[in-house]
Amino acid sequence: MAESQIKSYNINFGPQHPAAHGVLRLILEMSGEVVDRADPHIGLLHRGTEKLIEHKIYAQATPYFDRLDYVGTMNQEHAFVMAAEKLLGVEVPLRGQYIRVLYCEMGRILNHLLNVCSFVFDVGGMTPMLWGFEEREKLMEFYERACGARLHANYFRVGGVAQDLPAGLLEDIDAWCDQFPKVVDDIETLVTENRIFKQRTVDIGIVNAEQALDWGFTGPNLRASGIAWDLRKAQPYEVYDRMEFDIPVGKTGDCYDRYLVRVVEMRESVKIMKQCIREMPAGPVKTEDRKVSPPPRAEMKQSMEALIHHFKLFTEGFRVPEGEVYAAVEAPKGEFAVYLVADGTNKPYRCKIRPPGYVHLQALDMMSKGHMLADVVANIGSIDIVFGEIDR
Amino acid sequence: MTQVLKDLGDYIAAALPNDVLSTEVTRVGELNVVVRAASIVKVLTFLRDDSGCLFKQLLDVCGVDYPGREERFDVVYHLLSLKHNQRVRVKVTTDEETPVPSVVGVFNSAGWFERETWDMYGVIFSDHPDLRRILTDYGFEGHPLRKDFPLTGHVELRYDDEQKRCVYEPVKLVQDFRSFDFLSPWEGQGPLPGDEKAEGSH
Repeated sequence: MAESQIKSYNINFGPQHPAAHGVLRLILEMSGEVVDRADPHIGLLHRGTEKLIEHKIYAQATPYFDRLDYVGTMNQEHAFVMAAEKLLGVEVPLRGQYIRVLYCEMGRILNHLLNVCSFVFDVGGMTPMLWGFEEREKLMEFYERACGARLHANYFRVGGVAQDLPAGLLEDIDAWCDQFPKVVDDIETLVTENRIFKQRTVDIGIVNAEQALDWGFTGPNLRASGIAWDLRKAQPYEVYDRMEFDIPVGKTGDCYDRYLVRVVEMRESVKIMKQCIREMPAGPVKTEDRKVSPPPRAEMKQSMEALIHHFKLFTEGFRVPEGEVYAAVEAPKGEFAVYLVADGTNKPYRCKIRPPGYVHLQALDMMSKGHMLADVVANIGSIDIVFGEIDR
Repeated sequence: MTQVLKDLGDYIAAALPNDVLSTEVTRVGELNVVVRAASIVKVLTFLRDDSGCLFKQLLDVCGVDYPGREERFDVVYHLLSLKHNQRVRVKVTTDEETPVPSVVGVFNSAGWFERETWDMYGVIFSDHPDLRRILTDYGFEGHPLRKDFPLTGHVELRYDDEQKRCVYEPVKLVQDFRSFDFLSPWEGQGPLPGDEKAEGSH
């Protein structure tokens, strides 16, 4: 047979596929082994979060944010409470800010551990997954000790955090920070110079700086394309302006660079956590403004006014003055933002959630065009998507 | 910071006098630019390419519904300039019928955001290459984030063992849907009967 005609055909990838990282249904138009077009069908996990938030008081909205990107949960609560705080004009006490930064960085490590390890798993390496999950488990214990829940924390409140850290927790986190870089070293020994891993990732899914901006990339994916942009440095919120850390930047913007950036970011996050523990002052963890944050229980037993405040806050909630605000944080996956429109009542009029993964997944078609089928898996793994936040 | 944003707003308004309707720096220090819906492509191209703006990233497009207004929808664009470390919010208004020109030609990132706005609010984008629903179910009817769309939705889904397939049925609630309105009736409702007597006694 001198010439053979290759028929193009469609592959239905997911929604039940381990490498789809959740419920991604991907229609791949293939010619032979090469991808012509990738059309992600999303929304299989759509729960109407934005609609639900419009029907709840402000305090009832934060738990929904844990259920978006369920890997780095507190970072997302952070965006929402920051939006509400900006409209209310509430100041967070210094200790509260330090605790927030500490736990956001913990969330970043939680997220990157899962992503790096599952990415390596997708392209053939199983061991990092087992090691990484051990560390994740320890971190989730720190979550649990602070707020009582391993995953869906609901720890951040408008005006601060729910409660102070228990005694001894900071010392334990500090001890964990000392041993964690060793684990990253171990993972890196297995992966970074691994021949098979490099064959699967180097020069796969290249996104140059121009494309990264055009497609709205943020976070590690943008930095992997060579743009040194980090909201923690550029538009510092909370106490990030006091922290010393570096921003890793990639060169080519391929899957391998995205992996490298995340690994270095974990090391930088440990540095930030150490600084937080060292500098954390004593004091209140949430604002004393009783129109926003409830009084301590002991006070309620004594003071009629405190009782009234408590009752009002847990039935009517607080009213947010009319206005609109866009609050963005550097979540582990990129810029996570909340666009909040308040109409002066106790419920948000509109709460638009800007998930970074949504934007990154959109670019999958651009990244995968002309690559092999197996490279699509590497691309999905490297852009770090979680369907809770994409589908909302 | 506010002054810088104010100057930027004036600069944009001066460069595009026929397209910009108003600019404003909000009380939380963010720049709002309201433009004509028909000129949105021109405005965003200007914001992206002009050396004084360089808003190279379109981070978000979303709709907001105000059913009481003549043109009930806002379409809100959030842009970010890495060069000047600035953000700007561009708004247009539209109704159910009037299409808004799609900005996919200016920013590729707009593609899915516009699909989502169409899906959730029913705002039509003209010249969009692929304006399909994105987050809702295949064959879904209605636009769920509109204020007149009920929170419970209209249909529910279950697996029917006799027909061996999923069936859609109208929503049946075992108890009435209750909306708890905790807004205090004592605040913000204006003078109560008898207040004038108290005023008079001073």
